[in-house]
Amino acid sequence: MILASVRKLRSFGIIGMNQRNFGLVSKYNPRHLYPLVDDKLKTKKLAQDAGISVPQLLGTLNFQHDVKGLKEILKQHKQFVIKPVTGSGGKGILVISEHDHTNYYKPSGDALRLHHIERHVSNILSGLHSLGGKPDAVMIESLIQLDPVFSNYSYEGIPDIRIIVLKGYPIMAMLRLTTHESDGKANLHQGAVGVGIDIGTGNALHAVQFGNPVSRHPDTKKVFTELTIPHWDELLRLAAASYEMTGLGYLGVDIVLDKDQGPMIIELNARPGLAIQVANCAGLLPRITAIEALNNIEPDPQVRVNFSKENFSTTLRRLPPRKQRTRATDHAKNKFS
Amino acid sequence: MQARTRLLVVVILTLCFGIGLILYKHLALGFPLLPYDKTFVWTIEAKIDFLAQGDPVIVTFTLPPEEPNLTFMEEDFASPDYGYSGLASPTGRRAQWSKRTATGPQTTYYRLSLYENDWIADQPPSDAPQSPMQPEFDEVFKTAAVTLLDQVRAKSANPETFTRELIKTLNSTSPSQNQRLLLNDHADAEYKTNLIVNLLALEGLSARVVRGLYLEDGRRRQSLTNFVEVHDGNQWILFDQDTGVSGKPDNFLMWQRGGQSLLDVVGGTNSRVSFSIIKNVQSTRNLVVRSSMNKQAGLIDFSIYSLPIEQQNAFKMILLLPIGALIVVIMRLIIGIRTSGTFMPILIALALIQTTLVTGIIMFLIVVSTGLFIRSYLSRLNLLFVARISAVIIVVIAIMASISIISHKLGLSQAMTVTLFPMIILAWTIERMSVLWEEDGPREVFIQGGGSLLTAIIAYLFMTNRIVEYLTFNFPELMLVNLALILILGQYTGYRLSELYRFHSLERRNDTSKR
Repeated sequence: MILASVRKLRSFGIIGMNQRNFGLVSKYNPRHLYPLVDDKLKTKKLAQDAGISVPQLLGTLNFQHDVKGLKEILKQHKQFVIKPVTGSGGKGILVISEHDHTNYYKPSGDALRLHHIERHVSNILSGLHSLGGKPDAVMIESLIQLDPVFSNYSYEGIPDIRIIVLKGYPIMAMLRLTTHESDGKANLHQGAVGVGIDIGTGNALHAVQFGNPVSRHPDTKKVFTELTIPHWDELLRLAAASYEMTGLGYLGVDIVLDKDQGPMIIELNARPGLAIQVANCAGLLPRITAIEALNNIEPDPQVRVNFSKENFSTTLRRLPPRKQRTRATDHAKNKFS
Repeated sequence: MQARTRLLVVVILTLCFGIGLILYKHLALGFPLLPYDKTFVWTIEAKIDFLAQGDPVIVTFTLPPEEPNLTFMEEDFASPDYGYSGLASPTGRRAQWSKRTATGPQTTYYRLSLYENDWIADQPPSDAPQSPMQPEFDEVFKTAAVTLLDQVRAKSANPETFTRELIKTLNSTSPSQNQRLLLNDHADAEYKTNLIVNLLALEGLSARVVRGLYLEDGRRRQSLTNFVEVHDGNQWILFDQDTGVSGKPDNFLMWQRGGQSLLDVVGGTNSRVSFSIIKNVQSTRNLVVRSSMNKQAGLIDFSIYSLPIEQQNAFKMILLLPIGALIVVIMRLIIGIRTSGTFMPILIALALIQTTLVTGIIMFLIVVSTGLFIRSYLSRLNLLFVARISAVIIVVIAIMASISIISHKLGLSQAMTVTLFPMIILAWTIERMSVLWEEDGPREVFIQGGGSLLTAIIAYLFMTNRIVEYLTFNFPELMLVNLALILILGQYTGYRLSELYRFHSLERRNDTSKR
């Protein structure tokens, strides 16, 4: 069958785009808080204030005439990443891993000249990658150093970990591995591999590329079953703390692991996608209902992390046979308790 | 939950209001729900000729009575040099033409156009008229009449059957001596009518003459046909005086009831009246709009119909947009097709309406692909964003111009319609596609471009459908129904069709892991 049956998908608790927009994004995320996550500079500032580590900011460009100063900024750094401040979905990100002041090399080895980079920057400033084509700013960040854990699992790029956080509770996680096909970008649309990560342990569960199951990395041929994310507790705590940081109830937290500095938040997303369900081979709905059934939100991120690890792990302890709860029964329960 | 109920109330209110207005227009004002509804419009011209003798002339002519199941569209009393006035008498409407002096042959005209509407009127029972005056016959004549009536009475049961039997007997092919005497060998229709009315009066039944016109297309020099109407105690029944068949025949217009004269001419001789009839077909909708405007029905008077025709045509287009919006909502929320730009497909569809489908699509593809090709060169020129978009607009215009010129030289007039595509939209499409190509690769370009085009084609097919076009223009209330639908769809949280495909591998793996 090419199409899945609606009944089965529903019984797995798979959430569709309409339900995400209606029941999660518009329900938990007040629109006035969006700028906090849409503007990466603001996010960075918030995270720093909260004591969360982020990639170092090397410089910003706000106006077209700043482009002339680009060379001066770049001269001081061996490696850097150029990003649009309000871009989404990894759009407009340019990674330079090496340069000799005339040729700038991407991780793939392609050489760019300074005027290519200048054009890229000026495109970003014109609003090419921003939401709705508004004028944008450019930020230049230090390059993340690949953690050796991933050296066998990534190709020409830095993998990142997406954790979905509902009301401060991490509910599902996915590792996005760069591939040759994805041009070194951790973007599933473009062919990055999505690996479902067990919330309880940080172990890899399933992997998909273009929506189809894979068991080995397409470029390095390493099997995923041996993969475990280091600093897993730390990652979960960072993700859970993002709730207090932004006030957004439904959040996608993107974290990278730096060889030297450990986990860092690189981006927050107020409208995280649904591919994570495919990578985890599980639906979000049972976990959402479990969180929505809670009467009060624990103020301590660590307590929330413990709750999630206990309840949402698929390997530590199988979930009790799923009682399909509806919103209505939850309401009824809340009333009586 | 509260928001949900509130929405439900709004949806139900809009829906009821919209459907209510549509039903009102359909049932009360008679707007047909389909564009194919046609009505026959009869145009009848009565021509009155007479010879004037140099004296003041007054022509009085009986006009047909207005009946609930007939709509008189237009009446025209044009007659050169004559003064006209309408008279209302207890027996019906009459027209009067007058002139101080006239000599020689004179003509006056009365023109009427009318159509039958669907009004089904119960004939109200009319009170029995006063019993008729006994006609005065000479002795021989009266004996013959009484004998005949006796025979007829024996074969009948009530006034209706009595009248039918009487007419049959009088018209029988082998008349008895009595009948011959009564008919007096005048085969004159007028004489026969009077005879029947008088015989019925002798029997004590109220009867009257009815004159009417058979409506047949293209007839000229017709005259009125005489009928007899008999009161059976409850209501009047119409009889054909030649066959005895009762009831009003099809396509028959009653012109005059009762014994009053049809035409009186004072100051003229040799007067005669002749009728000519033309039938034409008109769409019911046009007739209804017209008659509603005449009746000053508020809903119609304050509607799009009161605008000048040019604006009406503009609105025809605008009122189609909600249909396109509905299609986009369905395609995106239910089917899950990705389009580039939310409402760009509607704009493409609007352009397709102007260019026709196949030519439009070919032109669109040619312009966009050529544009993409040139845009890829522009991207190497290191231009600022706004300047680049402007450059793309100029490129699009150049492409359009060259397509038009080349196709004109080749004699392909259809390709000229390329100019109807909105240029700015095309330029934006090219720019977006090109950025998409650079960032997400050609696959995404084909998915989104194809999605937009598919949505546009479906929207086009709906928007050009004759029924849809008719309904949206003539029932703008449909917009409310449309709005309600979109509000409901806005609450749809189920899976999109595309997601059933997206998650299908998930279903398979869950199945195998369970086993």
